[in-house]
Amino acid sequence: MSPRSITIDPITRLEGHGKIHLFVDDDGNLADCYFQVPELRGFEVFCKGRPVEEMPRITTRICGVCPEAHHMAAVKAADAVYGVTPPPAALKLRELLYNGFYAGDHTTHFYALGGPDFVVGPDAPKAERNILGVVRKVGLELGAEVIKQRARGQRVVQIIGGKALHPVTALPGGMSKRVTKEEQRELVRIGEEMVEFAKTTIKVFDDVVLKDPATVDLILSDTYCHRTYSIGLVDAAGKVNFYDGTVRVVDPDGNELCRYRPEQYLEHIAEAVLPYSYLKYPYLKKVGWKGLVDGTDSGVYRATPLSRLNVSDGMATPLAQAEYERLFETLTGDRSGRKPVHATLAIHWARVVELVFACESVAAQARDEEITSDRIHTPPTSIVGEGVGIVEAPRGLLTHHYKTDEKGFVKEANLIVGTTNNNAAISMSIKKVAEGLVRRGADVTDGVLNRIEMAFRAYDPCFGCATHALPGQMPMEIVIRGLDGSVRETVRRFC
Amino acid sequence: MAKPKLALYWAASCGGCEIAVLDTELEILKIADFFDIVFWPCAMDFKYDDVRALADGEITLTLFNGAIRSSENYEIAKLLRQKSVVLCAFGSCASDGCIPGLANLTTLEAIQRYVYEDSPSTVNLEKIRPQTEWTVPAGTLRLPRLWNTVRTLPQVVDVDYIIPGCPPQPDRIKEVVAAVMDILKNDKPLPPKGTVLGADVRACCEECPRKRDVKKLKKFVRPHEIVQDPEICLLEQGMVCMGPATRAGCGAKCVQAGVPCRGCYGPPANVRDQGAKMASAIAGVIDSDDPAEVQALIDSIPDSVGTFYRFTLPSSTLRRRQP
Amino acid sequence: MSFEPKLVGFLCNWCSYTGADLAGTARMKYPPNLRVIRVMCSGRVDPNFVLEALARGADGVLVLGCHPGDCHYSEGNYKCQRRVPLTKKLAEQMGIDPRRIRLEWVSASEGARFTQVVTEFTEQVRALGPLHLADWTFDSTSADAQLAHESR
Repeated sequence: MSPRSITIDPITRLEGHGKIHLFVDDDGNLADCYFQVPELRGFEVFCKGRPVEEMPRITTRICGVCPEAHHMAAVKAADAVYGVTPPPAALKLRELLYNGFYAGDHTTHFYALGGPDFVVGPDAPKAERNILGVVRKVGLELGAEVIKQRARGQRVVQIIGGKALHPVTALPGGMSKRVTKEEQRELVRIGEEMVEFAKTTIKVFDDVVLKDPATVDLILSDTYCHRTYSIGLVDAAGKVNFYDGTVRVVDPDGNELCRYRPEQYLEHIAEAVLPYSYLKYPYLKKVGWKGLVDGTDSGVYRATPLSRLNVSDGMATPLAQAEYERLFETLTGDRSGRKPVHATLAIHWARVVELVFACESVAAQARDEEITSDRIHTPPTSIVGEGVGIVEAPRGLLTHHYKTDEKGFVKEANLIVGTTNNNAAISMSIKKVAEGLVRRGADVTDGVLNRIEMAFRAYDPCFGCATHALPGQMPMEIVIRGLDGSVRETVRRFC
Repeated sequence: MAKPKLALYWAASCGGCEIAVLDTELEILKIADFFDIVFWPCAMDFKYDDVRALADGEITLTLFNGAIRSSENYEIAKLLRQKSVVLCAFGSCASDGCIPGLANLTTLEAIQRYVYEDSPSTVNLEKIRPQTEWTVPAGTLRLPRLWNTVRTLPQVVDVDYIIPGCPPQPDRIKEVVAAVMDILKNDKPLPPKGTVLGADVRACCEECPRKRDVKKLKKFVRPHEIVQDPEICLLEQGMVCMGPATRAGCGAKCVQAGVPCRGCYGPPANVRDQGAKMASAIAGVIDSDDPAEVQALIDSIPDSVGTFYRFTLPSSTLRRRQP
Repeated sequence: MSFEPKLVGFLCNWCSYTGADLAGTARMKYPPNLRVIRVMCSGRVDPNFVLEALARGADGVLVLGCHPGDCHYSEGNYKCQRRVPLTKKLAEQMGIDPRRIRLEWVSASEGARFTQVVTEFTEQVRALGPLHLADWTFDSTSADAQLAHESR
């Protein structure tokens, strides 16, 4: 007699398409569980023949949530193709844009996507598992603050990148648009507001997550834990940096396995193919592909905010560093961060640490007078013909590798995109939770299925959406203020 | 009184249209207030079965973004058409094919061969390819079939309105939503079927603030080859700017940021093929009557097919490259 | 049985159409494959006319205009002289043999030249074979059958 089959289709509250297939045997236990990605668009192949300077504008359409990540990885690869170094002001602009983007993006995920499962609890009814449920628990002001913070992040991208969606100004050799003094004043103000928001978020996380023993148990539970390698970008001081650095890999015990510069990535990363998913499975070549298993002998690695914290020696800004130390102290007993954390749900906390770092970075970098310089573009004068650009996307390490002809038209493109790094880990996380919850005697309720999806959501697979817009009948009044503090709108619901 | 039902769905897309909806900031709260959102996979937990359980025509409005390039994209397009009173092609992927449409310059086989075999980071000695049906000990797993040719939403189902842009700019979305709510609240008539909403009828040049003069080109340049003059029309400076063949509505943000338009709002009104129209425009500015010089200039256009048809290949006259 | 190409021709009113008329009244023989569309000037020929003809079943498109310098509207044919090569380039990039599109100058008195051009072009396209645009039409029947198969 064939087992029962449950499909979660589509997976929701994240970007892209995915489905989870649960096979339940006659005894009611989980027979097996598969995670499948049902889409493939083919960017690597249809980018052939395109001018390499267009790649920062084409590859943004890989993802509309983190187009900034592709914009930066693509332009860094294009810089390398031309062997050109942008002027310092251009690099500062790129990094400031990127931190501004992070400050908005991590906000969206924490409050509206991953947050609800955490804050209102994984078994809460569907109608509660959203930002409204979060707001009900922590206060109405917060919803408005989250919207404003998202708007701040988009505004930084628009000022420097030309458009919030999709940014356009990164060129091989620099940037196409300068920032005026007036725009800089706005950026400084935005940075200050972002730091305040970061402090608020630390407090929110404290009040609703860390002070709730049930949630802490959930974070530390074995069900949501895999001991894998971690990968991330670190700067010259070994601190987390989203825009640039050296890639570092540590094993499940925290020992460094390897480090590499972008152009060396092929020596370290390979991708496996399985017949039931269109998405490939990256793994560490030095360790080898052993299938969907974790541990020191498996080449499976994770590229998440938590992985970035695991591989680094700390955060480069003070508030973030304090929160970094608190995270490692709480979860490992060692505030230096030498011992990696493997609790999947702790990724949410790491995301808060990074949010703080992004906000502090915007505040600091906006003040740099050099960002208003008009020396922002060095047109290339010769060509190398090949280049690799690596940045940290919010969802993981992003690699763009281009080969071009002598005129700079793409001959070959290879991309390893953020969430792809985590494909194996996501599959394993889902299955482990399913094994724990789908068993004889237990009802496969909506809450159970949601807990299985939570294993996926912790990775923030590319989309954090909806600061709102959700079912939920409640008396509610929200007063929306513009960035200058004036009341713009009051929205009420009485039913 | 029951609230009108709203659905938002993404097919082969990037999620940018969803973010554009969020970037309407305040408006999204009004939307949540006015509508009962019954399906929005990025934001809410309703599944395909929940949509199947609705009655035909129960959804008042569906905003469908994303191109159609798999059997799943097609299935859900048909499903939402069936369950919706009004179906909008939301964004450039749905209306014209957009960037995923560039896959029509190659073939599915070429894509799969590179992705699963030839890419330098792929290790796949057994040449495994993902299968639409794969049997494992516990049962059978399925994947949708990918299509060789990317299609637009109007090419596969009956569509009521088009909202162009990659993505539709948040200001335009606000206008469209306000108009929709006005129509529903006050029982006003719908615009004629096929109307393009949230955009102008003219070309993007009308929105561009740069100074325009006579255009006579003896040379084409690529955006990174020069330090451009921020005041003067980019086409005049030698860059191929799609502005003349692109529908206005975006606010000309790209050209104001120093890079040429790439045509994401699709063709202006009454233009059927954006790329052909751009060819006509470019032919108009080439400054030569000598056939050999003309041919040399044409050959020097950087990636004419990939630039003229960047966003509209599936909806163009020829639709795809011949194998 | 040899393949009979379907050809579309855009002929300018003042020169090439008159030249074609001359061939006709002089009873000059030429293949019957060309379907002629008269335009006032070769400069009227929008690139999309050419592409649309190919998309709708033509195996080749011929554009005829006045000799450079003789255009009834002074410059129309110069515009055409820029448009057609660019259209051919796009067609080539779309995998269509650019020899299926041809631009020639034929004056009002060149009946014989008209005959010669059409004959040559017809044979050229005949040798290239039919242009069956692969995957152009969306086949909803087969797509629906695929869905039915997948949901069984």
